[in-house]
Amino acid sequence: MATVSLKGITKSFGKTEVIHGIDLDIADGELIVIVGPSGCGKSTLLRMVAGLETVTGGEVQIGGTRVNELEPMDRDIAMVFQNYALYPHMSVFDNMAYGLKIAGTPKAEIAERVGEAATLLQLEPYLKRRPRELSGGQRQRVAMGRAIVRKPSVFLFDEPLSNLDAKLRVQMRLEIKQLQRRLGVTSLYVTHDQVEAMTLADRMIVMNAGRADQIGAPLEVYTNPQTEFVASFIGSPPMNFLPAKMAGDAPRGAATLGIRPEHVKIAQSGVQGTVLYTEALGAETLVHIDLPDATRVTVRQDAAAPPPREGETVSLEWDAGDRIFFDAQGSRC
Amino acid sequence: MAGVDSGMVEKRGLGRWMTHLGLIIGLLFIFFPIWLAFVASTVTQPEIVKPPMPLLPGGHFFENYRRALVSGVNAPVAWMMLNSLIMALGIALGKIVISLLSAFAIVYFKFPGRRLFFWLIFMTLMLPVEVRIVPTYEVVANFGMLNSYSGLIFPLIASATATFLFRQFFMTVPDELAEAARVDGARPMRFFWDILLPMSRTNIAALFVILFIYGWNQYLWPLLITTDPSMNTIVMGIKQMFPSGDDTADWPVIMATSILAMIPPVIVVISMQKLFIRGLVDSEK
Amino acid sequence: MEKRVTFKGIWLPLLLVLPQLVVTAVFFFYPAGQAVYQSLFIPDPFGLSMKWVGLGNFEYLLGNSYYRASFVTTAVFSTLVTVVSMGVALYLAVLADRLIKGSGVYRTLLIWPYAVAPAVAGVLWLFMFNTRVGVVTWYLGVLGYDWNHVLNGEEAMGLVVVASAWGRISYNFLFFLAALQAIPRSVVEAAAIDGARFWTRFRTIVWPLLSPTTFFLLVVNIVYAFFETFGVIHTITGGGPQQSTTILVYKVFSDGFVAQDLGSSAAQSVILLVIVGALTIVQFKFIERRVHY
Repeated sequence: MATVSLKGITKSFGKTEVIHGIDLDIADGELIVIVGPSGCGKSTLLRMVAGLETVTGGEVQIGGTRVNELEPMDRDIAMVFQNYALYPHMSVFDNMAYGLKIAGTPKAEIAERVGEAATLLQLEPYLKRRPRELSGGQRQRVAMGRAIVRKPSVFLFDEPLSNLDAKLRVQMRLEIKQLQRRLGVTSLYVTHDQVEAMTLADRMIVMNAGRADQIGAPLEVYTNPQTEFVASFIGSPPMNFLPAKMAGDAPRGAATLGIRPEHVKIAQSGVQGTVLYTEALGAETLVHIDLPDATRVTVRQDAAAPPPREGETVSLEWDAGDRIFFDAQGSRC
Repeated sequence: MAGVDSGMVEKRGLGRWMTHLGLIIGLLFIFFPIWLAFVASTVTQPEIVKPPMPLLPGGHFFENYRRALVSGVNAPVAWMMLNSLIMALGIALGKIVISLLSAFAIVYFKFPGRRLFFWLIFMTLMLPVEVRIVPTYEVVANFGMLNSYSGLIFPLIASATATFLFRQFFMTVPDELAEAARVDGARPMRFFWDILLPMSRTNIAALFVILFIYGWNQYLWPLLITTDPSMNTIVMGIKQMFPSGDDTADWPVIMATSILAMIPPVIVVISMQKLFIRGLVDSEK
Repeated sequence: MEKRVTFKGIWLPLLLVLPQLVVTAVFFFYPAGQAVYQSLFIPDPFGLSMKWVGLGNFEYLLGNSYYRASFVTTAVFSTLVTVVSMGVALYLAVLADRLIKGSGVYRTLLIWPYAVAPAVAGVLWLFMFNTRVGVVTWYLGVLGYDWNHVLNGEEAMGLVVVASAWGRISYNFLFFLAALQAIPRSVVEAAAIDGARFWTRFRTIVWPLLSPTTFFLLVVNIVYAFFETFGVIHTITGGGPQQSTTILVYKVFSDGFVAQDLGSSAAQSVILLVIVGALTIVQFKFIERRVHY
């Protein structure tokens, strides 16, 4: 078990800097999710912690020791890859045992540790099979098993669920969470899926173009986004953005007013708009409304509430306390 | 298959028999020379020199083949077959080994001179040994490698086709496998040995078939550098069996030798047909 | 395409490429360089010293009627070998492709000649057409045709062409069959529904779709005819009669080893080298195109 610290991490490929200084302290046993759109540098950051990419500037510490110069194998980490990276010619057992074998672990201990991991992941019936004879979910478990048997201080997950179908993804998400809780291993988890991030993270780090826009607990990030990017990236449907001048009491310098769809209500008076269409999702209904200035607003209302007809003109209102203002640069103000 | 049948009416009935007939005519063209050689290897010399020779096998199969294998004309054919085997295996294995190593280096490392090396071996694709035959002969002669196995083998290893094939294959191996191995603690050679090599098994086997036949069927090179009959390979040895001048050739033995010369490569090709076709198509891509 | 290079180190990769580098340098680059170097000299009659002649060897060669004749012979020979071999192979591949069942059996039989060395193929055909004992010669005699490739240059050419083409049929057949089987059934069926008969379908649909393979085989077969047929010619005709089957590679051999004319042989090597280089470039250019086809 160990803490992980990133201090002013930067990364350049040639002359292009892709990561512009990230600071992060991960507590022992914490699960941190790095989330962001593709190309934001989240995988690169993870790979630097793993030692698969060199660190251009700053320092990576694992368990309080600088590891910048160490090979991956010497960092006491284990990694789960997006495409699982299972060795196709080896059995499930051998896949999980490979790292231990290289480390020269005695045969009996290898068998015991692989057996333990297999039990934990319900893989015992498949130990003799080759990866290609397994389903996607089973392969995913083998990849996890390979990480577990090494008893590392840090787990690194690089979009481990993105190759699974939606239903399996939800199930595996839960399993990963439970497993991480049970083992108590410090974990860094990269994903582009904000739902995955919200559900898994102890704390999440939202990345945007090589910067950490916000680091915090999922709900904190959701309710209190520090930038317009975070506000729009976290939450589905995304936050509504309106011109700040629509509010008479906007703070100085505010350019945009943000309001979550669940905070907007269709009411008797307020801002007027035309209902474009409605989406009934079962438990809730999404109402999409065009304001006169062509701004699109989404309202999330309870399914029990009567939905407006398409083309109808409605009035919208919200509590002043639910509003969030951003300046022209997208920062909170 | 209903769609195929309705669209392809010609494939049934008369059309199908015509197709078979056409193919059988082709097979006759292919196999007649081989059949005739086989017949000649089972009859006696007088039966051949008084044309027309018979078109069905005679009763001297064992006698002719024993004569060829044990005594031959200049050297026992069994001995020449051993030479051919050593040469073919040497070329196939040698080329596979050096190509695997250099392809591994090119694909998985960034080292000074990598591009230069790549282009250097690329150039070797262009020049078959026949083109540089005289100077290559001199090099081999200077090394004292005439009439030696290394002289037979090394000059024919100096080409990069196999390197390119392996490079192409390594490029399709997901990067994550190497990274997973690194995280698992595998050093480069360990990764090569434990992961890359087992994954390349089919490619290695396919290439082996191609190279074995290439080596076995060499003619000009062994003709030049093996002056000692005991170093002759079977394919070149056949020509040496023809008498100079006006003497009559010992046809039954020559034809038995021809059949013997084609048996090993035919067995390799037929038994590893799938691999062979794959290797052929891949190595030309 | 570049791989995310994943291993560090300089000495290890250099060590790994060393065997290939050494073999290539000693047995490829040095001899190739020697060929170029020697092509600029002529040795004195005793082989004791070399005299610089610049491009003299080349000038001599290009002015030499035997060498020019050898060029023509090579062109005729390789064209004929390519056409005969590809023609027969295509014919057989089209037939085999028409079979729903059993094409595997024919394929297994038709790949035999690939395993037969050109030199052995030469001996087999020589035996059939041998002037004294050849079966085919004898039956041709019965029909009133006096076959003698030892004296008749055209018959000699015909014989080496057929023997060379014979050995190449398997290779071409395999590539044509693979290409034919890669043509989607639906395309051919659509044409059949449009009312196109077999020959029309072949001409308008199959043949155009085969063109990348055809072009590729064209180049490969020409290279084959240039170099790998040495064994056929050496066993059947020895380049004769009157050099009527002396192709360029054969002349490199006979001038260099039989006549010991090193300068001329080296100059011929260099000329061949240029020809192969050009063919290889054509082939690679084409393969690039094939990717986009």
